[in-house]
Amino acid sequence: MAHAIFFYIFSSIAIISAIMVTVSKNTVHSVFFLILDFISISCLFIMIGAEFLGMIMLIVYVGAVAVLFLFVVMMLNVAQQKNQWFLSEESSGHIPVGLIISTIIFFELIIVIGGWKYKPELFDKIKTSSAETVSNTHSLGQILYTDYIHVFQISGMILLVAMIGAIVLTFRQREGVKRQDYIKQISRERSEGVQVLDVQSNKGVSVDD
Amino acid sequence: MEYLNTIFQEIYKILFLLVPVLVSVAMIVWLDRRVWAFVQKRQGPNVVGPFGLLQSLADALKYIFKEIIIPASSNKVIFILAPIVTMTLALISWAVIPFSETQVLANINVGILYLFAVSSLGVYGIIMGGWASNSKYPFLGAIRSAAQMVSYEVSIGIIIINVLLCVGSLNLNDIVLAQQNIWFVIPLFPMFVIFFISALAETNRPPFDLPEAEAELVAGYQTEYSGMMYAMFWLGEYANILLMCAMGSILFLGGWLSPIDLYPFNLIPGAFWLIFKIIFLFILFALVKAIVPRYRYDQLMRLGWKIFLPLSLTWVVLTASFLFYFNLLPVN
Repeated sequence: MAHAIFFYIFSSIAIISAIMVTVSKNTVHSVFFLILDFISISCLFIMIGAEFLGMIMLIVYVGAVAVLFLFVVMMLNVAQQKNQWFLSEESSGHIPVGLIISTIIFFELIIVIGGWKYKPELFDKIKTSSAETVSNTHSLGQILYTDYIHVFQISGMILLVAMIGAIVLTFRQREGVKRQDYIKQISRERSEGVQVLDVQSNKGVSVDD
Repeated sequence: MEYLNTIFQEIYKILFLLVPVLVSVAMIVWLDRRVWAFVQKRQGPNVVGPFGLLQSLADALKYIFKEIIIPASSNKVIFILAPIVTMTLALISWAVIPFSETQVLANINVGILYLFAVSSLGVYGIIMGGWASNSKYPFLGAIRSAAQMVSYEVSIGIIIINVLLCVGSLNLNDIVLAQQNIWFVIPLFPMFVIFFISALAETNRPPFDLPEAEAELVAGYQTEYSGMMYAMFWLGEYANILLMCAMGSILFLGGWLSPIDLYPFNLIPGAFWLIFKIIFLFILFALVKAIVPRYRYDQLMRLGWKIFLPLSLTWVVLTASFLFYFNLLPVN
């Protein structure tokens, strides 16, 4: 009973906030609704007993990714712009593409969920023989690091390559930037830093810099 | 009816935890100021009540009766939400802190992940406050704090992995029980030091209090806040500091375990030891505040990404290979 109530509360919050992400006029508000969406989805994860996934969702998406989203959106100062996406001529050309992509995703979901519903024996085969006593963190670790370790490492490599690519694309060497060099600072000697001069009165001295 | 009964029981338990936490937050502010004054050879707050103990209470009363000013050009909903978010996030994480083997509100499987997730959400209070104020100084403070907290979370996460490698469970009680023979502060001492410094940065304490650096940013993200809303930021910040101290004592100092497992010390309840360790860590926090000058922003980023991250990653490899080589990996 209570379970059903909480399920409907979280899922309705998730759906409403997902709609609000696209509808709200202020971009920063969109990001906040996205965060709300992530949080309610992680609550749903926890409700089906996948507490590890729920927490990782919170840590990765809400704690890191959405912070960077917010960061960028705030820096770009797009908050003041009115969202006229549907009104402008040039952007309405993107609508068919978006529609096609969302239709494909929709049908993919229907196939997956339909298979679950009408061919449950298919999914029983995939299930690993994990005992009921093993917590889902353990069984996830078992699957990721023992059964599919190579797939896991390849995905890690892809992420690393993507990261290096992003750094290479955005990196530029700027001229004339003063940087602190710690080793240089520490290894300075008195002999090269200090110069004792005998200055006669009424006559200045010129010191090479 | 039975359902309602359990709900009331839970509420009673929650209040039994939260009221002491809030009171101790007020006390800890007093302790902070006293330690700070002690280092600098001043008196500190010593007028209100015995030893000035009621100073925080007097301050809180003053804040409650002050007018709350909401800037005209601010984003009002988010402006009001920001302190609420900070305060809520600072308090909900206490649900999983074990005060003894049985005295814990929610003994969940992924306790340490929950703590880490909630503390990583703490940045939202600051970003929301800084952005919604619609003013330059709060905005700069918010941007700084977002970058700072995201950076130091990375090293805290890796330090937690170090501890988890030795424990083999994400449950906080299991983490404490795994330290019965030796506290993790001894084998993992460098990690404890890095955790302590990262905790300072994560809670925006000096020397990493750049989000509210008064010399450059007036008061950072809190500039536009007044009255009770300011006080909520402030309470939330100190509750977060206490939480970080609790996390440090659970991960490294053996949580509610007694330091000497002998007859007279066994009788003292575990909650006492945990509180004792939290206060000990907090005094260290306060001493650092009094002693160390503020970091510059690029130095802060350099420390986080170029020193702590490689160091803690290397230590993960070392710990894992050590445990593997000597066949000490906790497998169940």
